[in-house]
Amino acid sequence: MDVISESVKSMNGYNLHVVKTEKYKTNTLVWKMKAPLNKETVTLRSLLPHVLQSNSAAYPTTGKLRSYLDELYGATLFVDLAKKGEYHVITISVEIANEKFLSDNTPLLKKAFQFLSEILTKPNVQGNAFDQETVEKEKRTLKQRIQSVYDDKMRYSNFRLVQEMCNGEPYSLHVHGEKEDVDQITPESLYQYYQNALSQDELDLYVIGDVNEADAETFAGELLSFEERTPQSLPSGTDNGKERVNEVREEQDVKQGKLNIGYRTNVVYGDPDYYALQVFNGIFGGFSHSKLFLNVREKASLAYYVASRLESHKGLMMVMSGIDNSNYDQAVNIIKEQLEAMKNGDFTDQEIEQTKAVIKNQLLETVDTARGIVEVLYHNVVSGKDITLQTWMDEMDKVKSEEIAEVAKKVHLDTVYFLTGKEAGK
Amino acid sequence: MEKITFEQLQEEMYYEKLGNGLDVYILPKKGFNKTYATFTTKYGSIDNHFLPPGKDEYVKVPDGIAHFLEHKLFEKEDGDVFQQFSKQGASANAFTSFTRTAYLFSSTSNVEKNLETLIDFVQEPYFTEKTVEKEKGIIGQEITMYDDNPDWRLYFGLIENMYKNHPVKIDIAGTIESISHITKDMLYECYETFYHPSNMLLFIVGPVEPEQVMNLVRDNQNKKDYKEQPEINRQFEEEPMEAAEKKKVLEMNVQTSKCLVGVKSKNVNQTGKEMLKIELSVNVLLDILFGKSSDHYSSLYNEGLIDDTFSFDYTQEQGFGFAMVGGDTNEPDKLAEVLKKMLLDSREKGAISQETLDRTKKKKIGAFLRAVNSPEYIANQFTRYAFNEMDLFDVVPTLESITLDDVENAAGDLISEDRFTVCQVVPKQ
Repeated sequence: MDVISESVKSMNGYNLHVVKTEKYKTNTLVWKMKAPLNKETVTLRSLLPHVLQSNSAAYPTTGKLRSYLDELYGATLFVDLAKKGEYHVITISVEIANEKFLSDNTPLLKKAFQFLSEILTKPNVQGNAFDQETVEKEKRTLKQRIQSVYDDKMRYSNFRLVQEMCNGEPYSLHVHGEKEDVDQITPESLYQYYQNALSQDELDLYVIGDVNEADAETFAGELLSFEERTPQSLPSGTDNGKERVNEVREEQDVKQGKLNIGYRTNVVYGDPDYYALQVFNGIFGGFSHSKLFLNVREKASLAYYVASRLESHKGLMMVMSGIDNSNYDQAVNIIKEQLEAMKNGDFTDQEIEQTKAVIKNQLLETVDTARGIVEVLYHNVVSGKDITLQTWMDEMDKVKSEEIAEVAKKVHLDTVYFLTGKEAGK
Repeated sequence: MEKITFEQLQEEMYYEKLGNGLDVYILPKKGFNKTYATFTTKYGSIDNHFLPPGKDEYVKVPDGIAHFLEHKLFEKEDGDVFQQFSKQGASANAFTSFTRTAYLFSSTSNVEKNLETLIDFVQEPYFTEKTVEKEKGIIGQEITMYDDNPDWRLYFGLIENMYKNHPVKIDIAGTIESISHITKDMLYECYETFYHPSNMLLFIVGPVEPEQVMNLVRDNQNKKDYKEQPEINRQFEEEPMEAAEKKKVLEMNVQTSKCLVGVKSKNVNQTGKEMLKIELSVNVLLDILFGKSSDHYSSLYNEGLIDDTFSFDYTQEQGFGFAMVGGDTNEPDKLAEVLKKMLLDSREKGAISQETLDRTKKKKIGAFLRAVNSPEYIANQFTRYAFNEMDLFDVVPTLESITLDDVENAAGDLISEDRFTVCQVVPKQ
């Protein structure tokens, strides 16, 4: 038996995924819209879900819409954007109480479906345009959202690394789009784009909770129906060529330097050596028992945080740390030495076992939350693969020491980005 | 072992107070993969002035020492405990707040081994001068990281404005200067004072057998020789009612300004059911005033005074309490004025309708159901409530009992001109 039981059903224009579980006191609907990332649409896409969630035809103001959600025992509505490889994914989630835990037993699940359908298919529209006032308000907020990246230096330096490293590739675009493109969006152009997205994006609906599969299918069938489409899919992966070392230094008024290092892994989700890459990343920098944590933090006392993480669909690995401006050389050297050690197979069986145990633990913990279940399952939609969580864990268990060193050799340093304070001495 | 049943929620909890005074709670969660356990002491950043056991003079310890101690407990003679946990497939962590220090793990296998590791590492301190010195570099970087974080500076700036004497105004991690004075002997002194089992609570939530787990904990504790410890004596200076400072503006390397309006509570000495009622009434009040369905939220958003970073919160513990409202804004001064007026006006008779109250209560009840999907929430919040003699599982019945009078009283008690304060972060010129 697998850890998650997912049933997938093809509906009109989208796939319905139902995961039945009794562990939650709420039921969750997650709507996903996926399309290739590109400069022309990234800003429109990042504005769209915020306009959709602010009101609708039946609830024409935010106050009315949110009051209705409050009445439904504080159902939550949440929108989000993400980059998955070179795709731009819009997520709209609705979470609603399961009435069996309430003193009032009015059925709520169907209301959640009706609500999702309302905001997706019956927006607040005049003619061929979204409500102008709503669009203007959300444009203003979007500009602030884009601008706020600058104020959070951890996010900023990560964004700058990706921008430098993937210069010329769609992945370098910011998930919230481009500030200078916001102004030219009109209620008409956004409405036009909304129609395009609903007819061309790859669409998926996840339903997680103590729900009856047949009910979910009936509600979805009645309330959400779109035209058939063949979604655009991109070739997966990755390398832009040979090893290069692009060093970027940026000065700002900051007390702590932010060191962000990008690598090309040349391995993506679903590749045979993807599991070895996961174990590699875990030994190298993914956890608090990893080489980076031990050597940069515990031994050299250079940092409070230092970690590596993978972008599984684009084939990237990113190391991030906050260090004193004057410790740049020492930190970069230690990090490089740890990668060399990995390539030379300089790690013990115990490190491998430890890492496998922790990764397995992390996966199982992830699927204890409804959002985690969706994230894990959605990897298959993005990659066009069909890998169950059980397969994932079994394959990782089989990874051998040599395979880890082999995959480490495929990992190429690309860009070292350092955000440094103004008075930095080297 | 006592069994407590919550029928509406369909949950059961098991409780025992062990011989050495440790409170142990177990909440079995079927269907979950993960077990989550927290081992928490009622000791946080505010506990910096106290009488060590067996001494007759109060001591004052450097700012940031509770958090420093938290870091140092992970290090042992034979390496650090993170290694041990990860060998056992667990991920471990810890945090220090104003009033608590919590050590925790989560794991989907080897739960009993991990639980022993958790209890033992917290109960076997190992501090040396050398490792204490080494930690100063690491925590120094943690402090610097927060120094660059405008939201953290804004939050602490606001608390600093409110309090003249109370140690809640001290940054939890201290400063690079204050932690430079910390020695291993001070760590031991704090440890001896605050880490006795009678000052601690162990909470375990996950797919566990309660009998078995309770036996394990009981056996573990029986092997350790704890002397009975008298009540802990903490000292706090008298704190004036009004806010210490009315306004502070921090210039930072940001592009967007930020503004928070704070109100310092005046009644902060309740515990138990009384405290729960007040805390929930204030939370309901703030939600009515500033929640996304409120008129205020719409008008602030429509006028472009706030964006989606806007938030509000109420904190109350023994001896301090405050509400805060605000977020990113292009007009920090105007936002401060408008928010203050909205707060003041809420005290007027008829400002809040029964209908809005009923809707907000429904929303809060749903939010509680959502929250108890999370083992982390249950363990951490249950502990916090218990340290204040409240019961997390009283939240829904208490919410149901809140009347318009309760909310009006909460507004009347909380909101007052002289307890307002404002903190802003603005772009450096």
